[in-house]
Amino acid sequence: MANKSIPKKEFFAPIKAWKYIFKKPVTIKVPYVKREAAERYRGFHINDWNECIGCGTCAKICPTDAIRMVEVDDLPHEYGKKPQRPVIDYGRCSFCAMCVDICTTGSLKMTREYVHVSPEPEDFIFAPTEKGIHGIEDVPVGWIRDEGSDLLELERVEMEMIEGEGRSKSFIEYVKGYSKEQAMHEAARCVECALCTDRCPQHMQIPEYIKAIWRDDLTDALKWLLKGNEENNMLGANPFSAVCGRVCTHKCEEACSLGNRGEAIAIRWLKRYIVDNVPEYDKVLEARPENKGKKVAIVGSGPAGLSAAYFLATMGYDVEVFESLSRPGGVMRYGIPSYRLPDEALDKDIAFIQALGVKIHVGVSVGKDIPLQKLKNEFDAVFVSTGFTLGRSTGIPGTEHEDVIQALPLLREIRDYLRGEGPKPKIPKSLVVIGGGNVAMDVARSMARLQIMEYGKVDVKVTSLERTYEEMPADMDEIEEGAEEGVKFYPGWGPVRIVIKNDKVRGIELKKCLQVFDENRRFNPKFDENERQTLEAEMVVEAIGQAPDYSYLPEDLKEKLEFVRGRILTNEYRQTSVKWLFAGGDIVNGPDIIHGVADGYWAARGIDEFLTKGVK
Amino acid sequence: MGEVKLFFGPNHPGMHGNFSVHMYVEGDTVEKARPLPGFLHRGFEKLMERRLWYQNLALIPRICVPEPDINEACYAMAVEKIAKIDVPERAQWIRMIVLELARIASHLMSFPGIGGTIGLYTSSFWGVSDRDRILDIFESLTGARVYHMYIIPGGVRKDLTPKIQDLIFNTLNYIEERLGEYETLIFKNRIVHTRLKGIALLDKETALELGVTGVGLRATGVPYDIRKVDSYLFYDKVDFEVPTATEGDAYARVYLKYLEIYQSIKIIRQCLEKMPEGKINVPISEGNALRYRVPKGQAYVHIESTRGEYGYYMVSDGGEKPYRVAVRGASYPQTFIGIEKYLPGTRIEDVPIWLSTMDVCAPEVDR
Repeated sequence: MANKSIPKKEFFAPIKAWKYIFKKPVTIKVPYVKREAAERYRGFHINDWNECIGCGTCAKICPTDAIRMVEVDDLPHEYGKKPQRPVIDYGRCSFCAMCVDICTTGSLKMTREYVHVSPEPEDFIFAPTEKGIHGIEDVPVGWIRDEGSDLLELERVEMEMIEGEGRSKSFIEYVKGYSKEQAMHEAARCVECALCTDRCPQHMQIPEYIKAIWRDDLTDALKWLLKGNEENNMLGANPFSAVCGRVCTHKCEEACSLGNRGEAIAIRWLKRYIVDNVPEYDKVLEARPENKGKKVAIVGSGPAGLSAAYFLATMGYDVEVFESLSRPGGVMRYGIPSYRLPDEALDKDIAFIQALGVKIHVGVSVGKDIPLQKLKNEFDAVFVSTGFTLGRSTGIPGTEHEDVIQALPLLREIRDYLRGEGPKPKIPKSLVVIGGGNVAMDVARSMARLQIMEYGKVDVKVTSLERTYEEMPADMDEIEEGAEEGVKFYPGWGPVRIVIKNDKVRGIELKKCLQVFDENRRFNPKFDENERQTLEAEMVVEAIGQAPDYSYLPEDLKEKLEFVRGRILTNEYRQTSVKWLFAGGDIVNGPDIIHGVADGYWAARGIDEFLTKGVK
Repeated sequence: MGEVKLFFGPNHPGMHGNFSVHMYVEGDTVEKARPLPGFLHRGFEKLMERRLWYQNLALIPRICVPEPDINEACYAMAVEKIAKIDVPERAQWIRMIVLELARIASHLMSFPGIGGTIGLYTSSFWGVSDRDRILDIFESLTGARVYHMYIIPGGVRKDLTPKIQDLIFNTLNYIEERLGEYETLIFKNRIVHTRLKGIALLDKETALELGVTGVGLRATGVPYDIRKVDSYLFYDKVDFEVPTATEGDAYARVYLKYLEIYQSIKIIRQCLEKMPEGKINVPISEGNALRYRVPKGQAYVHIESTRGEYGYYMVSDGGEKPYRVAVRGASYPQTFIGIEKYLPGTRIEDVPIWLSTMDVCAPEVDR
C-alpha cells in the first residue's frame, strides 16, 4: 500500500458512531431552501426577437434536432432577416448550449431557471422570447457566449491587393483574387443561412456554391453559378459570374448573417475564385436543348440583354443580339474601368454565351441602321435593354463649356484609348468630379491614373452633396481606395457655377450643403448660401446620374408604352404593355449589373411563356 | 434442489445501470453466470459517425454517466492527435483539474456506495451528498452538473475564474476533512470487513490476462496507471503517487479508491498553483463549428479513468464527421469475462459486490 496500510476493523467502531448524533448533517435540510443556480447555468433559453434574424444556425448545430425554425406571420420580411424564430423542444434538448455559442447575432442565451413542472407535454416545446419559459421579467441569465466559446469565425480572409501607390500607376486589375487555401478557408465560415440568396436580385444559390468551394469541387460550384437551381428553371443562374465576381454591388454581403457580429463572407471574391479557376466552363452545360424554331431579338448587349440571350439559348431559342458599339458588353465594357473589370473576364463570360449559339451583331444601331419595326417583323419577340447611356447635367452656369463633360462618355473614351481603339482623352492637370456614386469614383480613379502616367502626380477632387462618406452612394471600398490613390474628397458641397476665365475652365464654385434628403427621404437639398468655396480645376466632370436614350423607339410605340420616372413599366416577366416587347436592365430597374442579370432571367421566362403558351 | 435461473438486473437496486446478469444458482451459490448487456441500445459509436465533429460533444458524456469528462477528454485528445493541434497550456491544466474533480466525484459515489450493497446506508448518503459539492464546482465552471460538455477538441469551453478557483480550493479542504470520517465509518467498520475482506478475489495473473485495469489491477499489486506509464496532459509535471495493494479483494479495491481521492486533491492543488494565464482553446479547423474538418488519419488515445484504462480509437477520412470511433470502455473486461469467470462459486449476495467494486458501467459496455 503506497500511502496507508489497509485499516484493521475496530471493535469499538459502532460505539464511536454515536459522536455523529450531535454533528451537523451533511444532507440537505428540510424544509427545502431554494437554491440559486450558478452564473453559467445552462437552463432554459431566452431569445431577443429584436436581435434574432431567424438565420436558423442554432437549429443546424443542434446535435439532437431539438430546434426547428417556425414562420412567424407577424414579423416583417426584411432583407437580412427571415420571419422565423427558433422553437425548442425540451424533450430533446441536451442543454449543450451550442446554439448559444454559434448564434450569429448573440440573441440566444440560456437562463438560470432550472425547474419547470407541467402536466402538459406541449408546455415543454416553446419559442423562447426575452422572458424565458415562465414569462418572467428580468430572467436571470445563465450561459452566454463569450470569446472562448464562440463557434463562428468572424474575420474574413483578407483579399490581397496591389497597394495604393503601386496600383495608381497602371490600369492593371489590382485585386489579386483568392488562392485555393484562402477560398476554402473563407468558404468554411459560411453558416448556410441563405439570407444572401434572398437578398440577391437574381437569387443566386450562394450557399450551394460556397459549400462546393469548401469541398474543393469547383465544377459543381460552377454548375451552381451557371445553372442555378435547375429544378426551378435555373433560378439563380448568372452567366456573368466572372463580371459579378469582380464588380457586383454585392448586396448579398450586406445581408450575410455573419455581418451582425463580424465580417460578412466575401461572397463576391468567392464567386470570382470559381470562375477564375475553371479554365473551360462551357462543358458545364452538357445537354443542349431541342431547338424550338423561334427567334428572339435583343437590343443592347449589356448584362440584361446578354443574360436574356443566355437563358433563351438554354431554352432552345435562336437569339440575335444587336449592339451599336464595336464590342459587346455595354456598361461592363465601356463604363467600368479595367482595373476593376479587365476585358479578359468579360470576354470569358461573353464567349460562353456565344458558344451556346447566340449571335451578336456589333456596330448595328437599332433605330438607325435597322428599325425596331423590322426586328418585330423578323423575330417572334423583342427584348430591349439599352441601358442608361446619357449623362445628366447639374445645369449650373458654365456646364456648356467643352471642358465640362459627362462621366459616361469620358469613361468610354478612356477604355477605348487603353484598348488602343481611340485617341488619348484630354488629361487635365487638375480635375473636379461632381458626384458621390460609384461612377464618380470610377472617373476620379481613372483620371488619377492617367495623371500619374502623364504628369507624375494626382490632382483630382471629388465633391458631393452628401455630407459624409457613409451618406455617399458609392461603396466605401471605392472611396477608401480612391483616397489611397490620391483622390481628395469634398463631401457636403453643392455646385454653384463653373469658374471660367479667358474662355478656360479655372474651377468650380461650391456652396455648403445643409441637407440632401428631407424627413420623407425625398431628394430635397438645402444650402447655406453664405458659406462658399472654389476648387481649382482645368476640367469638371459631371457624374450625378445617367439617363436612358429612347430615340430608337418609334413614336407610336412610345405612346403605347408606360413610363415611370423615365423607366419603362413592365410586369414581373419584364413584359411591357406591348405584348411582343420585353424590357429590362437600367431602363426598367436602374443601374446595377445583378439587377440586369435578374431582368434577363425573368424576361427569358416571360418570352418563353409568351411564345409557347401565348399567355402573359 | 436443482439449479435455478435467477436474473440480477436490469431493474435491481444493487445493479449498476441498465445491465443484467443471468445466474444459475444452486442454493445460495452461483454455479454459472452470463452477462447480458444491451438494454441501453444507444449505439454511441455509430451515432458518432453521423454527427459533426463538434456535435458529438453532446453525445460522448452519456457513454459513462458517472464520469463524463473522461469521454470528453479522450475524444478531444484523439481529434487533437489526428489534427496535430497544440492545445493552449492553460487549457491543459484546466483539463487536469476537471478530470481529477471527476475522479473525486466518481469515487465519492463509488466507495461509500458500497454501503448500499452491504447495508451501510449512511456511507452512501454521505458520499452522494459530498459528491454534490463537486457537482457545484462543475455547475459553476461548465454550466451543468452531470453532462458537462466542457472539454472540447482544441481546449475547453470557458475559462476558470478566480471565483471558481476559490470554490475549488474550499471544496477540496472540506472533502479532505471529511475523508477522515469516511475512514472511521467505512474502513474500520466490522460489517464492511466481514462483507468485503476476502470477497470477489482477483489475482494478478488473471487480472493481467483479462485486461483488467484501474483499481482492479492495482489491488493485485500492479502499479499500472496511465497517468504514470504513458503520461498525458501535464501529469508528468505534478507530484502524486499511485496507491496499490496486494490483497486483490473487494475491500482493497474500495480502499484504493478512497486513497486515490487524496492523490487527486494533491494534483488539483498543484494545477491551481502552476496554471498560467492565456488562451483556453484553439479551433480544430478553419471556419465555424458546422464546417470543422479533421485531416485524414487515425489515433488511439487512452487515459486513466476511475475504472481503469479508457481509450478512443478514431479514424478521420478528412471529412466533417468521424469516419470511425471505437471506445475501449474501462469496465469492459471485468464486466464480461470477469462475470463469467469469477462469479461462479460466489454467494448470491456477493454478486453486487463484484459489480460495485469493479465499477461496472452499463452504457460504457453497451455502447
